[in-house]
Amino acid sequence: MLDYALPRFKVLRDEALCVKCGVCERSCANEVHRSDGASGKFAANHVACVNCQRCVVMCPVRALAIANWPQVDCGSTNWTLGYMQDIAKQSQTGGVLLASMGSTQPLPIYWDHLLLNASQVTNPSIDPLREPMETRVFLGSRPSALKVNERERTVITEMPPQIKLDVPLMFSAMSFGSVSLNAQKALAMAAEKLGTFFNTGEGGLHRELERYGEHAIVQVASGRFGVDAHYLNAGAMIEIKIGQGAKPGIGGHLPGEKISGEVSRTRMIPQGTDAISPAPHHDIYSIEDLKQLIFSLKEATLYRKPVAVKIAAVHNAAAIASGMARAGADVIVVDGFRGGTGAAPKRIRDSVGIPIELALAAIDQRLRDEGIRSTVSVVAGGSIRSSADIVRAVALGADAAYIASAALIAMGCHQCQDCSRGRCNWGIATQDPRLTKRLNPEEGAERVVNLVRAWNHEIQEMMGGMGINAIDSLRGNRLMLRGVGINEKELDILGVKHAGE
Amino acid sequence: MIMGGQPVKACVSLGTSHFQKANQRVRAALAAADVVELHDVFAQRYLGCALDAGKKLDIFGTPGNDMACFLDGGEVEVHGNVQDQIGNTMNAGRIVVHGRCGDAAGYAMRGGEIFVRDDCGWRVGIHMKQYEGRRPVVFIGGDAGDFLGEYMAGGVIVLLGKAGKHLGTGMHGGVIYLKAPPDPGLISDSLVLEKADEADAEVLSPLMCAYNRLFAEERGAAVDESGEGFWRLRPASSRPYASMYAQ
Repeated sequence: MLDYALPRFKVLRDEALCVKCGVCERSCANEVHRSDGASGKFAANHVACVNCQRCVVMCPVRALAIANWPQVDCGSTNWTLGYMQDIAKQSQTGGVLLASMGSTQPLPIYWDHLLLNASQVTNPSIDPLREPMETRVFLGSRPSALKVNERERTVITEMPPQIKLDVPLMFSAMSFGSVSLNAQKALAMAAEKLGTFFNTGEGGLHRELERYGEHAIVQVASGRFGVDAHYLNAGAMIEIKIGQGAKPGIGGHLPGEKISGEVSRTRMIPQGTDAISPAPHHDIYSIEDLKQLIFSLKEATLYRKPVAVKIAAVHNAAAIASGMARAGADVIVVDGFRGGTGAAPKRIRDSVGIPIELALAAIDQRLRDEGIRSTVSVVAGGSIRSSADIVRAVALGADAAYIASAALIAMGCHQCQDCSRGRCNWGIATQDPRLTKRLNPEEGAERVVNLVRAWNHEIQEMMGGMGINAIDSLRGNRLMLRGVGINEKELDILGVKHAGE
Repeated sequence: MIMGGQPVKACVSLGTSHFQKANQRVRAALAAADVVELHDVFAQRYLGCALDAGKKLDIFGTPGNDMACFLDGGEVEVHGNVQDQIGNTMNAGRIVVHGRCGDAAGYAMRGGEIFVRDDCGWRVGIHMKQYEGRRPVVFIGGDAGDFLGEYMAGGVIVLLGKAGKHLGTGMHGGVIYLKAPPDPGLISDSLVLEKADEADAEVLSPLMCAYNRLFAEERGAAVDESGEGFWRLRPASSRPYASMYAQ
């Protein structure tokens, strides 16, 4: 059959600059660049290019750039080239379209319609360089009342287990298997340096990462990969994964070819066999069943670890979150539909779920209306792009944010969205040892630490501007937000006034 | 703890105490004794959670859901029926049920053995898996509910009675041995049903012997220990999703 698929990208080479050093050829696991040998000239196999930009960055003379393939579409705003190419691919293969990273659909990003407040004249702003500015967050359930022995200055109430974050963000779940061990190591080291947490995802805790256990969140998903009593007790918190923003309602399939000996050992599953995470946990059909799993994990860890439950942001997220809190979840994690993934069916990634901003606001409001917001922590994730997004998330009601794509971008990810093929030229979403060695964990950690320190300083600046000196005072403080360019219903759900009001 | 060559034994009566308190008492008893007998058990959940090797619980009464979850080498013997989801994500060890068990027994277990004298509920052995030297076993002496061995990725299920519908749905590893041949029309295309051979009998025979040692007396009859005359159900592919996606 004739393949109708067109290249997506065109490799542009400035022949005047090119010194024919061959770095581009060696950089590309997709074998886009080929030297013809005799003349030393390079030709490009454009169709293989995924726009990861590794060659562009590595080229010592900046002779390379990647452009969109110049083919015009048919002129229809309905039958775009993208939809037609998808049909070409599916009519050729009969397969489900696979995609990676977050949704590419031009749907509203509410962060960009929320503006922050600052003090003027009254309630003066605070300079974080001169005055203490608290960004520390504790996650876990909280007692309804705190009894204190004032004479001895001790807390009498027995406190439930909590984890302490020095910065109001953590690294969300990315499993060993979907990302390389070096990528996980970089995040673990960064979490340790920053006083925060990385998340194992559902791929188990590699033995080389056990020393970072105090900064690990260990995940329990439907396939129960790598889960045993040792694993549950090795981390600082346990997270039950019900859903993921990029693919709500479906499970995961790690293809057999990605299940190397190391991945098999860490996940405790057979080598070379497809690893299937079923869509639901087969022991959870109700809030009561969720409670059973939460307490089995608490029993296995002697009530020493908080248990988080992560759901994808979907239509009824607020009601579900209420049930989760009542089922004994100490931390509610909600992941918006723009969140990334190592692999998801494209139609699901781009069509299922709702924006994190609306889900978060609705969850916070629902828990407040029911008088249980103060008993649990709420963590929001799913495409947090900057420190300002974190400030907005906290003002909408989150205790802390989860970031993943941003941390990967710090490590070199260029969002080419080709993770699922396992040929990541940046050494992140691959298990190929020739590629994983390109990511130096120490350097990756340093970049992530730099990023988070910069963000944390920006958060302090923004808080200071509002006259707020502790992030606790910003949580759910929606008066610090104003909407622009969104309608009344959206403002109502977000619980914010329009700018000028 | 061994005293005079015998493991120290303790008795705890649970009555209607709340599961958290009950498990605290059981753990305290297990810290001092290798074998703990539980009496008057009334549906307390999580008994024997993550029990270590060398420890044993003998349960009289009816334990609640999620008994022996994350079992880590210990042994739990129930002198009666059990409820749902015994041996959830168990690593190693042994569960013996002198009666029937509920749904989802052995969910995601990757090692150890579960022996059930009589019937079992739905979704038993779901997502069982094996790796390296570990090969979990679920042995059901009676009939099984629907979805036996769903998503099974490894290990062995032995069923002496009748299977329900949707047997081995999504199975992509391991083997289910059936004494009674199922209706071939109920077996999905992704599975292969065939006569078990001598190699299978070598796997089955010691399991049949174990079943007899545990239950023959109370059943009043022994089962055939040769391990012959079984049907074997296995997945056609360990890569059910290999051609599902467009690349």
